[in-house]
Amino acid sequence: MSEDATTAPSFVVERGGAASRAAGIVALILVAFISTFPWWADSGWMREFNEMACYLIFAMMWNLLAGYGGMVSIGQQAYLGLGGYVLVALGNFAGLNPFVAVPLGALAAMIAAFPISRVAFRLQGGHFAIGTWVIAEVLRLTMANISAIGGGSGTSLIALRGIEKATRESVTFWMCLAAMVASVGLVFGLLRSRQGLALLALRDSEVASESQGVDVARTKLWVYVVAAFGCGLAGALYFLGNLRISPDAAFSVNWTAFSIFIVMVGGIASIEGPIVGVIVFYSLNRLFSDYGTWYLVGLGLLAIVVTTRMPRGIWGTLSRRLDLHFFPVHRRLSVDTPAKEVRP
Amino acid sequence: MIGWIDTILQGVLLGGLYALFALGQSLIFGVMRLTNVAHGDFIVLAAFGAFALASQAGVGPFGAFAILLPLAVAFGYALQRLVINDTLGKDPLPSLVVTFGLSIIIQNVLQEIFSADPRSIPAGELTTASVQLAGGLAVGTLPLAIFVIALAAAAALQWLFARTALGRVFRATSDDRETAELMGLDARGVYAAATALAFALIALAGLLQGMRTTVAPADGPALLIYAFEAVVIGGLGSFWGTFAGSVILGVTQGIGFRLDPGWGIWLGHVVFLAVLLVRPAGLFPRMR
Repeated sequence: MSEDATTAPSFVVERGGAASRAAGIVALILVAFISTFPWWADSGWMREFNEMACYLIFAMMWNLLAGYGGMVSIGQQAYLGLGGYVLVALGNFAGLNPFVAVPLGALAAMIAAFPISRVAFRLQGGHFAIGTWVIAEVLRLTMANISAIGGGSGTSLIALRGIEKATRESVTFWMCLAAMVASVGLVFGLLRSRQGLALLALRDSEVASESQGVDVARTKLWVYVVAAFGCGLAGALYFLGNLRISPDAAFSVNWTAFSIFIVMVGGIASIEGPIVGVIVFYSLNRLFSDYGTWYLVGLGLLAIVVTTRMPRGIWGTLSRRLDLHFFPVHRRLSVDTPAKEVRP
Repeated sequence: MIGWIDTILQGVLLGGLYALFALGQSLIFGVMRLTNVAHGDFIVLAAFGAFALASQAGVGPFGAFAILLPLAVAFGYALQRLVINDTLGKDPLPSLVVTFGLSIIIQNVLQEIFSADPRSIPAGELTTASVQLAGGLAVGTLPLAIFVIALAAAAALQWLFARTALGRVFRATSDDRETAELMGLDARGVYAAATALAFALIALAGLLQGMRTTVAPADGPALLIYAFEAVVIGGLGSFWGTFAGSVILGVTQGIGFRLDPGWGIWLGHVVFLAVLLVRPAGLFPRMR
């Protein structure tokens, strides 16, 4: 210790940087630009964007669970389907305006997550993954057996019939955009909060974080519940745009399969990762989806190769190499000496 | 009344088939704590392999199995050595993603080659033969044979784990990989041996599933889920537990189907979740 022990070294905890400020401004401009779509863009584009937004929200939630909460679920489609079905039920039976029913669908999924977590949390690791899948299957089979909502063949969102097409399309589009931005903001805000710090500690070591006062069970529960809300929101929005719901579409394991692809290829445990992943996913979809089964074989192969050879994914590898962080959730200690990074 | 006895009897026999799905899963999880998401898809792959051999090479179901068995064992060994071993660790994510990826690859390749149609392995007279029991009850010869084979497989695995040198190696690696390696065991090789053995069961399960009923390329996830439910209901660490869990699942589904065809599978899932709530460790844990 060469320094005088009585004067503490001056330091600041930095979180953002020039890159993140620039990224914030670019993102803002981009969102403002996208929000003008309803005035000039083709409605096919808008539908495409809606779908992409739903996938991104869903994938962000899967990332929150697996990348930060250490809970690998193959059953998040349970909440997506619930959000969609609650939207349809509230619209068709309760006569509620479907646009108002969207947040209620998400809320219902969140409420359902409390009792469901009691069962799901009995399992750990790989068994948690398959157990959550069973829960999603229970919901799918339940919906398929209720004839009031069309049973196995599903039903249409007839509550939208009084609303003009242009209005419906624009409002749906803006809701998807807003939900997407809000989800990114929510995850970003959560991870930078006190709870986020607890979560990051928990991911690194459950035992060590518990000894530092982190309530492991409660932290896991809130992550699970928040993720259920996000997945329910994605589902309500998706089926608002789709106008039709069926158990096989709403509770399809493909939702989770694609979100795993998006997160793993883009980069797990980062906010940028799923965004990069969803762009890659949609580009591949545009280019190769005509190949049908071979396209899906390719996605599976790519996911395996990335997981085994490049576990940080595209974004994780890039950001580490270039020290680039658009959504910084980590803390950086800046003393007089060159900045030493404290990894999240 | 006789109808209900019949339902339960058929459920027990169905449980025998599920036990064949579940024993391999139980073995792999027991030795290396791996949850293989593609387990059901490997069974379907084996069934299609047997179907292709039986129908193209004209060797009959048992001739097909004789060819399939060594292939499956070699495939399982290579898969573990080349792919799965590198994904194992404290974090379950890599192994789950890789096996999930394999599941999607298998389903789509099978669909490309065989189309989405369900297929059945022709088993000749065995398909329709039955055994008469007292009280006018009858059971199919094939389902009965499958039940007996599953019982024998559970007994053989239990014996292997409890009484043989290989079983001791499996148990040691399962209990504490690092210490087992310090004692000179090659854990990666032990895992490969366990997966090879599990693939022998997978080949058997695929053949018998294809003979007893039909298989379609997208059936894998359902088989995985039944196997998983049976393992968890039975309790980890015991092959007899897995067998019992399979029978409970088979009987539950049978009762559900009898009450209403739409709710059979559903009831199986719900009983599984109920067991999880009441007895999280399963009904017969750790009897090994």
